[in-house]
Amino acid sequence: MTTFPNLDSAAGEAALERELKGLIADVLGLGADQAEAFGPESGLFGHLPELDSMAVAGLLTEMEDRLGIVIEDDDVDGEMLETFGGLLAFAKAKLEPR
Amino acid sequence: MIFTWNNPAESNGGWAEELLVGFDRGRPVRVLVLPAWFDEANKLRRFTIEVMRRLDRAGIDSLLPDLPGCNESLSPLKSQTLEGWRSAAVAAADAVGATHVLAIRAGALLAPEHLPGWHYAAQSGPQLLRGMIRARTIAAREAGVAETSEALMATGRAEGLVMGGWHIGPAMFRALETAEPAVGPGQSEIAQTAIGGPGLWMRAEPDEDAEQAGRLAALISQSLGNPAQ
Repeated sequence: MTTFPNLDSAAGEAALERELKGLIADVLGLGADQAEAFGPESGLFGHLPELDSMAVAGLLTEMEDRLGIVIEDDDVDGEMLETFGGLLAFAKAKLEPR
Repeated sequence: MIFTWNNPAESNGGWAEELLVGFDRGRPVRVLVLPAWFDEANKLRRFTIEVMRRLDRAGIDSLLPDLPGCNESLSPLKSQTLEGWRSAAVAAADAVGATHVLAIRAGALLAPEHLPGWHYAAQSGPQLLRGMIRARTIAAREAGVAETSEALMATGRAEGLVMGGWHIGPAMFRALETAEPAVGPGQSEIAQTAIGGPGLWMRAEPDEDAEQAGRLAALISQSLGNPAQ
């Protein structure tokens, strides 16, 4: 399990973004350079035909394992899954100390 | 390469004929392959067969039986139980004269403990159910229907549940809630980290990876005392 102790720092955020891009690359079978091109507005669920509910479920489960978070039913909404930026914002919020 | 095996545990008529993919040249080591389940079975099918091809080249027989309720089986999936599949795995091992077992992902829940062998990236029953329930709630939400994991779990226990198109009966559902792979004597675990690269079960679409298949086959071959190639 990877941990991101310093999300406040720019380095911590960059590490999280890299981890999420790697995860999406693993799910979609992309090369590292293709995943690197993902930006905040890049579309995910509902935009990529191969990213169906089963694939999204796998992605969220892998996110839980790699980031050490628990994703509840209520956490999952259209906004969070629609774009790479949405997913990144969700992961950041989950990792922030409360 | 395509054979059949008879499952005597089937109560309906005494036995049922199921298909079997095999690389069978009557060699001393005969590996029973228990594949991943449901959606993962599709995603890992080409990988699984590629591992078998490579084992064949390394002088090892391997046999991949259909379990009742899967692929071309005449039995309905929804009437299958975990115990029934465990019996079927033992019956298949006997039918093909298996000396070893390679269990992949949830297939590890069925590995006959009397056979030495390997569990590749084993998946527990709760992990399997969690992923399938989540797929169902996401699909429901997309369709504008509110479903909670909790309510779906209750339905699954009482009546069974269709998740991602797979109809799991109530007995199988309840058994999976606590099912953990048991590593029998002479069996060892092979984690994905030993294979390298991301597991193909994560892929949105079925895919293949010759390097990963090669590494798994090589690890198996080496643990049988064959030199590294």
